[in-house]
Amino acid sequence: MATANDTDGDVLVRVENVVKYFPVKAGGFLRHTVGQVHAVDDVSLVIERGKTLGLVGETGSGKSTLARCVAGLIPVTSGRVFLNGTDISRLSRSAMRPLRREVQMIFQDPYSSLNPRRRVGAIIGDPFAIHKTATGAERKRMVQELMERVGLNPEHFNRFPAEFSGGQRQRIGVARALALRPKLIICDEPVSALDVSIQAQVLNLLSDLQTEYGLSYLFIAHDLEVVRHVSDKVAVMYLGRIGEAAPADALYGQPRHPYTVALLSAAPAADPDAAAARQRIILTGDVPSPIDPPAGCRFHPRCPKAEDICRRVEPPLVTHEDSDLDPARTAVGTDGQPLEEAGPGVPGIPGGEAHVTACHFPVQPGESLASASAATIAAERESA
Amino acid sequence: MTLLEVKDLNVSFQTADGVVRAVRGVSFDVEPGRTLGIVGESGSGKTVLTQTLLGLTPGAQVWGSAMFEGANLLELPDAELRKVRGARISVIFQDPLTSLHPLYKIGWQISEMIRAHDRSVSKKEAATRTVDLLRRVGIPKPDTRVNDYPHQFSGGMRQRAMIAMALALEPKLIIADEPTTALDATVQAQILDLLLRLQQDLGTALIMITHDLGVVADIADDVMVMYAGRAAEKAPKREIFYHPHHPYTKGLLESIPSSSAAGGRLKPIPGQPPSLINLPAGCKFHPRCSYAFAKCKTGDDPVLRPIDDGGAHESACWLPAESAGLSAEAEQLRTETAALGHEPVPAKGQPVGRHRAPDGGATKPGAAANNEGSVA
Repeated sequence: MATANDTDGDVLVRVENVVKYFPVKAGGFLRHTVGQVHAVDDVSLVIERGKTLGLVGETGSGKSTLARCVAGLIPVTSGRVFLNGTDISRLSRSAMRPLRREVQMIFQDPYSSLNPRRRVGAIIGDPFAIHKTATGAERKRMVQELMERVGLNPEHFNRFPAEFSGGQRQRIGVARALALRPKLIICDEPVSALDVSIQAQVLNLLSDLQTEYGLSYLFIAHDLEVVRHVSDKVAVMYLGRIGEAAPADALYGQPRHPYTVALLSAAPAADPDAAAARQRIILTGDVPSPIDPPAGCRFHPRCPKAEDICRRVEPPLVTHEDSDLDPARTAVGTDGQPLEEAGPGVPGIPGGEAHVTACHFPVQPGESLASASAATIAAERESA
Repeated sequence: MTLLEVKDLNVSFQTADGVVRAVRGVSFDVEPGRTLGIVGESGSGKTVLTQTLLGLTPGAQVWGSAMFEGANLLELPDAELRKVRGARISVIFQDPLTSLHPLYKIGWQISEMIRAHDRSVSKKEAATRTVDLLRRVGIPKPDTRVNDYPHQFSGGMRQRAMIAMALALEPKLIIADEPTTALDATVQAQILDLLLRLQQDLGTALIMITHDLGVVADIADDVMVMYAGRAAEKAPKREIFYHPHHPYTKGLLESIPSSSAAGGRLKPIPGQPPSLINLPAGCKFHPRCSYAFAKCKTGDDPVLRPIDDGGAHESACWLPAESAGLSAEAEQLRTETAALGHEPVPAKGQPVGRHRAPDGGATKPGAAANNEGSVA
């Protein structure tokens, strides 16, 4: 598999074994480190050019930390991040600066990500000022073009963020991210603060911009239907690791990891008949602390299928057998090599064509986890 | 017998910028043991509506009536309302961290709540009941966890503790205001499952306020859709989802990304919700409505009227009753009506095309007629 030399090809971003730990300091005078938050623990993935990789996971699963590592906003503890074939995880600030325009971010909360005391024109014009690409009248013209492109009235150049609604503010955030014509935009929960009717407006805008400028997105959200709608490939994170990754249709159509199955069954569907017919898998307990993640498979304390091996051995992220629905057998890998020889047990990289799952006992087609989960819940109630 | 009967409730706030008309003439009933889902976007008045019932909107101008167990909640003196609040009607708020006092133990907060309403309960007895309640809502090792502080609980466990507190005095009605919005999907599923199970065991009525149509599809019996302080549509759940009449309800359903439309373009509702200080003339939804005609723009603000024979399904829209639904014929009828700018066809006695049978409705047939005459 190509690593550092993939300047051409379909891959824009390649993340290799990235680890990010945050130290936990004790209180008091010495403030010595007493532990590590394992926010991202050995994650690899690729983001293809012009495509969207969706990243799903619960609070504390490490998806935002991973995004910040990809954007170069925080240094990684170990591992490498390649952007267009250049390793950006070890670059100095000055070497990094010209590359920063390639990767931009859109944040969750359009209220706190815009400076309330600055005019919208100045906020959107900042990227031009920082990278010294345009000044004066030219900058103003470019800002107004951007405003028009994202559906804002260019006349509102001199207004303050407070004069805009939530959806319009998110459009300001999109215009700012778009200013330097980046190759990758990291969208960290871009629509979760918006009402449903406005959310659809922003999702359509992001989709239009992707077609028009050939953008790649790393799209983080907790709403599974939103992720399915926008993503080509989807990766599911749990406690700092990727549990399952596949093209969107394969992941939603035939989820293999028990956590993915539970997550999909838990997502509310706006359809009463579907909601009534669905066998919901209720997971017991909460996500464990990332300071001291469980040994073996990190999902085992909540998994209805957990057995002894799950408590001891961490399962690798590999393809699994009997996946006729799995496009890995016939598709072409991200490195351009046909994957036809790919059978069960072949490691694959999330974001590629392979359907990979980190589980010792992946869920089989037609298998129901609901009864297993009901038994677990009953047992827990008895012991409580 | 109807448990809660709200009639023509209006709530306004005086602000420096003008009068905010947060709730404008809303009427609804809640039957014992049933769940009413109130859906709406930010600023639609859904939270103000229910907080007013409990006297939690100080400084608001309120008129209308809210009969609960023979008393008008809006006219009760504070001391009387306090006896109802928490004991007969309890509330679960969105953010469990800010609803719990950070400096008191969870167990203390629940026993205090029990004893505040009934001083004859001894401290020891209240403590025992607290442990039972926590066990009932699924907190592991409740006898030791009662001595934990809120920060030692996870988000899902805090919300369970809030539910335990809401259940403590066996209320007849629980108002849950976005109880799962701050929680992750798998935890949300746990909490909704718990609420449903407890409701079945205890026969409590539930008002579920949410912006998430998925939550409503899951647990509601009846649904009221609110827009700009008013009920846009009210119907049994299946009617709302499979046979919507109001263009706003239809727009909401269509703007949700779903598996059937994966990868395609979404159909958002254009524009923004109106300012509650400066509401548009006519129907408040007309600036965003693709079927709006002359009457919608300048005529009266439409109020709920029955659009089916039983009167369980009501909609505040001038479009003819037969245009309800998501089928191509309904769409054609809506478009034609909009193009011609027709007066509405009288609703009563008209056969209504149905694609799926509704389940039983809880709304009283007479409620709409009362509402009709009382709107200013």
